[in-house]
Amino acid sequence: MSAEKTKKTVPYTVPIGPVHPALKEPVMFTFGMEGEIVRTVDFAPGQTHRGIEWMGMRRNPVQIVHLTDRVCGICGIVHSISFARAVEQIVGIEVPERADYIRTILHELERIQSHLLWAGVAAHELGFDSLFYLAWRVREESMDLIENLTGNRVNYGIIQVGGVRRDISDEQRPLIEKGLAYYEGLLDQMATLFLEDSTIRMRCRDHGFLSEDDARKLCTVGPSARASGLNMDVRQDYPYCAYGDLDVKAILPPAETGGPRGDVYDRIIVRLLEIGQSVGIIRQCLDAMPAGEILWEPKMAKLLAACKKADGEAIGRVEAPRGECMHYVRMAGKEAPESWKIKASTYSNLMSWIPMLQGEQLADIPIIVASIDPCLSCTDRVTVVRDGKPDILTKEDLTRLSREKTRRLMQ
Amino acid sequence: MNATPHLIPQQVIDRFKEKFGNGIRDAKVTERGEGTKKVKAYNIWIRVDRELFRPAIQELIGIRFPHLAVIAGNDLGSEIELLYIFSVFYGQKFGEYMVTIGVRLPKSDLTIPTITDLIPGALFSEREKQEFFGITVIDIPDGRRLFLPEDFPQGVYPWRKDETGVPPEMIKNLWEVDRPSDRPAPPVPEKTPVAEEKKDGGGSQ
Repeated sequence: MSAEKTKKTVPYTVPIGPVHPALKEPVMFTFGMEGEIVRTVDFAPGQTHRGIEWMGMRRNPVQIVHLTDRVCGICGIVHSISFARAVEQIVGIEVPERADYIRTILHELERIQSHLLWAGVAAHELGFDSLFYLAWRVREESMDLIENLTGNRVNYGIIQVGGVRRDISDEQRPLIEKGLAYYEGLLDQMATLFLEDSTIRMRCRDHGFLSEDDARKLCTVGPSARASGLNMDVRQDYPYCAYGDLDVKAILPPAETGGPRGDVYDRIIVRLLEIGQSVGIIRQCLDAMPAGEILWEPKMAKLLAACKKADGEAIGRVEAPRGECMHYVRMAGKEAPESWKIKASTYSNLMSWIPMLQGEQLADIPIIVASIDPCLSCTDRVTVVRDGKPDILTKEDLTRLSREKTRRLMQ
Repeated sequence: MNATPHLIPQQVIDRFKEKFGNGIRDAKVTERGEGTKKVKAYNIWIRVDRELFRPAIQELIGIRFPHLAVIAGNDLGSEIELLYIFSVFYGQKFGEYMVTIGVRLPKSDLTIPTITDLIPGALFSEREKQEFFGITVIDIPDGRRLFLPEDFPQGVYPWRKDETGVPPEMIKNLWEVDRPSDRPAPPVPEKTPVAEEKKDGGGSQ
């Protein structure tokens, strides 16, 4: 708003990143600033590209499934399901129905924990740390449940080509039910805390705006696209696993909250509502789960022999917590696939940062960058170059700037 | 966005065949049903002649503005095949299809026109294909490297299977790397292997 009034200032460059190398997708940002206002945005991902696809093209599908578990630290299951589904289509494997349901249940539990993790990060970026602690405390319930069902908190190792490696026993069902009831009881409280808080509204409403048209043209996916009003959700549009049997509708920001506006606030709404939706989906799955086998072929040698004979190409596609995740696999009668391309959801979402960040203030960068729920937490350190003199800002400094803005707004 | 009604997969292929005739080298529909009801999801695969590549993308946009998932690729020996993987008709309950448009480029002339003027979001994937396959995207608005580090050698393309692929001397195998000699000794002495009693598998609590 004050952009027009800003007198001629020396434009300066603010590089942010590259972030901590342990994160999945560290990004190096370069902002062209005019006073406090971001004018140009440029970013360079791939600071620690691990060449997973290259590694996969030298391994067999069963080895790759365990590699896909490690593509991301948070979405531990979406890459495994995508890859397994692609191979299953090439080889012609019919996945047992029960395995489809178990995959769906874990898929949704992962969405709950991922969205809560994001909610905590968002609260932290805004300086609302009590809410951050609360969100991460309640997230533990889903992590415990995932650990109980798969054996691990991360890198679940539950997906196998042709099914899943662990069944859900009758003793585990009451535990899942207990977890679902826990989240149902929390939903209203979470909605009140996030959506009726005037500070969150001030910092997020009409910030980080992405129009529906931009979202479509920049190939945005997942909650970020839905918050801009794009009606797209792989679970609704393109049946896979048990979703063909279920009633799933893409969640758009409801009209009573001001309709899809495409700002950070709408992205919060979409994710909070999706937690409730996931609880409903898991309940539907538990009710309808058929009995039977969980693996197409438990003998590894037979499974690998079938994969080795296969020739063809396929796409495995799922709706990850952050949006569409897709794997393209081509096999040509060899042990290792000929080609393998992973498309993670953040891959599609990064370009939306540019329209979101332009025209915003330096202090808004952390929450807007976090609002697409990138697979990188935030910034490690920032170098501000002013008049040719570099000035190092740490992640703490940037968070402090963000918090000071919150304080100023509250006065 | 535009008014074309929802089509069934075969109608999409028919539209392409009608428009481009023999320029369509191969077109097929694959389907997959999962869960108890086995509701089908459809994938459409269309392979076109090189000169029809941009008209084919424009035709797809004419059907419905697509979502570009990614550009995948294959090194087929004498040719590089690029696969533009789209989805159309999202927002319709179980009505979305993946549409893959494939085009082959001979290794003697690895150039392809950009589609960023039609779909700006394609820039990311086009930049990635340039550095990983060594193709040249003509008129790309931003031709810098995307994922590969700045010190990665020029002329090495990781997804190629010929002599321009990653050479063996660039590969570091973890099992060949010894423990660094300039580090302090670990705080806990390494265990001598003891025959352990066979434990119960665990898992259920």
